[in-house]
Amino acid sequence: MEPLFFWIFAAASIAMASLVVFHRRPIACALALAATLFSIASLFVTLEAFFLAVVQIIVYVGAVVVLFSFIIMLLDSNEEQKRKISWIKIIGIGLITALFAIFFSGVMTGLANSDSSLVWKDQIMGENIRKVGKLLFVGYMLPFLITGVLLLLTTMGVVLLNRKDSSQ
Amino acid sequence: MNILTTITLNHYLVLSGILFTLGLIGVLVRKNLIIVYMCLELMLNAASLALVAFSHFNSNLDAQIMVFFIIAVAAAEVAVGLALVVALFRVKQTTHLDDLSILKL
Repeated sequence: MEPLFFWIFAAASIAMASLVVFHRRPIACALALAATLFSIASLFVTLEAFFLAVVQIIVYVGAVVVLFSFIIMLLDSNEEQKRKISWIKIIGIGLITALFAIFFSGVMTGLANSDSSLVWKDQIMGENIRKVGKLLFVGYMLPFLITGVLLLLTTMGVVLLNRKDSSQ
Repeated sequence: MNILTTITLNHYLVLSGILFTLGLIGVLVRKNLIIVYMCLELMLNAASLALVAFSHFNSNLDAQIMVFFIIAVAAAEVAVGLALVVALFRVKQTTHLDDLSILKL
């Protein structure tokens, strides 16, 4: 059953990511981004990172994509016009694809030498959360607190950026 | 070792590379500022997927903690970035990248 889940969610994530990149209406792109993030969260589950999958759904899909949708509906986002395919766009996409092909070949040459495969290690969900919790709150406590301060500063910054000029 | 039935680390890395490439193409090609920002988030997620794959195949949980912080910081960045977009929209009344060319030489 394991490889089937990987292939299903991999295909879904690539399809939805293509929709994000190539669709013309912004609100459809936002929904496709939510679907992509759900597929990536499912891939996290196949990698036995249960805590991260739930955190991704709560934070990314539940807050970031919703924020994007609010902003799209707030601003007057029209559809993009029929795109003119210019030469430089084709060259750019070709270059990026060539770069990816180099990366792909480099990764695949290691396939014959690799002996690590995806094996379900018989973990219960609670064990992953317990281990992540221990690591986060004991080992990485300082970055955790600093991230809290960072979020506070972010909130202050957002309020500051949208304040009307009070000098009149 | 059949490629289709045995899922190795390489499969996850190639998938992460494909998603990153798609996000990069989106950042360079699209003309709407908000869609460019969404493709940027897609790139961040591709990197997170690679990190979690490494964490699984090396049985080391440190990479999952890093992804946790990446998710938190990315959410903060999206909040500030969209506040900037809204402030920019108030002045210029557009989100099309061709019209936002004051800094162009």
